[in-house]
Amino acid sequence: MADLKKKRMLTDKIFKVIFLIFISLGLVVLAALIYDIVSKGMVMLDWEFFTRFDSRFPEKAGIKAGLFGTIYVIGLMIPITFFVGTATAIYLEEYAPKNKLTDLIKLNIANLAGIPSIIYGMLGLGVFVRYLNMGRSVLAGALTLSLLVLPVVIVSAQEALKSVPDSLRNASYALGANHWHTVYKVVLPSALPSILTGFILAISRAIGETAPLIMMGALTFVMFTPQGIMDSFTVIPIQIFNWTSLPKVEFELVAASGSLLLLILLFILNGLATFIRYKYSRK
Amino acid sequence: MSDLKNENKKSWTSLFFDPKIRYMNSKKNKNGLVNYVLLLTTLISLITTIGIIIILLTDSFHFFEQVPVFDFLTGTNWNPLIEPNKSYGVLPLVAGTMMITLGSALIAIPVGLGSAIYLTEYASTRFSKIIKPIMEILAGVPTVVYGYFALTFITPNILKPIFPNIQTFNALSASIAVGIMILPMVISLSEDALNAVPESIRQGAYAMGSTRFEVASRVMVPSALSGILSSFILAISRAIGETMIVAVAAGMRPQLTSSFLKPIQTMTGFIVQISMGDTPVGSLSYYTIFAVGLLLFLMTLSLNIISHLILKKYREVYQ
Repeated sequence: MADLKKKRMLTDKIFKVIFLIFISLGLVVLAALIYDIVSKGMVMLDWEFFTRFDSRFPEKAGIKAGLFGTIYVIGLMIPITFFVGTATAIYLEEYAPKNKLTDLIKLNIANLAGIPSIIYGMLGLGVFVRYLNMGRSVLAGALTLSLLVLPVVIVSAQEALKSVPDSLRNASYALGANHWHTVYKVVLPSALPSILTGFILAISRAIGETAPLIMMGALTFVMFTPQGIMDSFTVIPIQIFNWTSLPKVEFELVAASGSLLLLILLFILNGLATFIRYKYSRK
Repeated sequence: MSDLKNENKKSWTSLFFDPKIRYMNSKKNKNGLVNYVLLLTTLISLITTIGIIIILLTDSFHFFEQVPVFDFLTGTNWNPLIEPNKSYGVLPLVAGTMMITLGSALIAIPVGLGSAIYLTEYASTRFSKIIKPIMEILAGVPTVVYGYFALTFITPNILKPIFPNIQTFNALSASIAVGIMILPMVISLSEDALNAVPESIRQGAYAMGSTRFEVASRVMVPSALSGILSSFILAISRAIGETMIVAVAAGMRPQLTSSFLKPIQTMTGFIVQISMGDTPVGSLSYYTIFAVGLLLFLMTLSLNIISHLILKKYREVYQ
């Protein structure tokens, strides 16, 4: 009896260690990745890296075109995605009846979230670039990325709206406000911090997206910055991809510098999201 | 007559708007337009799905006009670019995708489930609070950076000492990187599933004198099985569609091989290769990417539907 108990306790302890090793694995890999990117990325990183265009020579290659391309595409994508994503979530949570059609729309959004991003690139190529004749422009890229992250934005905004207590809505009705005013003046402000948290994480995902933009035809070697939304462009991750595919070994360091820039952007955005969540969750 | 009209109007709007909310004809409401703007934005998601299906079907139609579907699905030689022996058998690409999927699942599923169990049964709340934002960062690392890491760190620094004859581009390093990429997803979805099991069931198991491992393996995991399985399937579907990691680290050689140490090509990797090149629009080579895209879409869609059905059908209903 005592032996059995000892054995059970031992199994418990052994698995505790195994599970702890498992969960540490993710942390170790993240640490190795950051170390690798930072140590290699610092070698070629200087101010010139941000002010130079790409080059055939690794020591002269810079990220200016990608940086400006990313700013243009993401800058254009943010208002579109925020408006459409929040409006859709408001419709689904506050307006839609409980019927088959609503179920279909919700199921459809869940499915869209599972479609590989490269397929969205095909959609962007077919619809925006070719059918709507936008060419391989900043606008076409922004719309493609917008469709890609919308399912995530919608679902997280829905969760945010769901967490607003009904007592707030009822209080607003009791004061004589109609439905839209209740949604716009009471529900939305109260859900805004959580909506923003989910939205910022989605934007940080979009900044790193490469495949759909390559697919819709964003350029790889660009010697200019876009001047308007109909100009062609490249983005930071596409430049990184291009550098990893070049034979010269020094480009490995340039690619690391680009990756470092992406990781820093990721850290800033994730930090911002965590900060908003932390600040408003205590209320 | 006018009653009938009203009746019709009412039934039309009640399809899209909750009739319980009396905002439509209320005198106080001058915002009727808002309703339709909201409805219109919602329809964008439906249009997106329809658009994807139309694009994939029409452009792969041009491909299947010239290459029989059967030859495409069963052929074992994929050589769509180089004359004279062009051949359109997709199996090498599917096999490449399957290798990456299998390899990444072998890493992400046990590690992910184990981590989720650690978080729900063993870890202190403080530990969980620290680990979650870190997992969020792991989930947010751009896939092209993972690809770079696989190519320039995992292969030369970790795999080369163990397998001296490993090639620069290989399926193993890409599998590992994809496994790490889908890991946070498995952890967070499995953890959600485990947390959805009522506390009373867990406490009951502890009251019987079970150890933490026994509670986890014999009570919690079986109770949350549908949620856990659906998280595995979603992660596998994500691995199938992963593009940049394999495009950077796995190579560009479509071949039927069982060796993870050799270069391969996946369906997504092929699509990127064509998009980067100068294939003329409208040529047969150009349409191949839509045929491969359609196959990819159908594979991930069916997995997503299966995952949804598992959740719906086998969910234990707790009061």
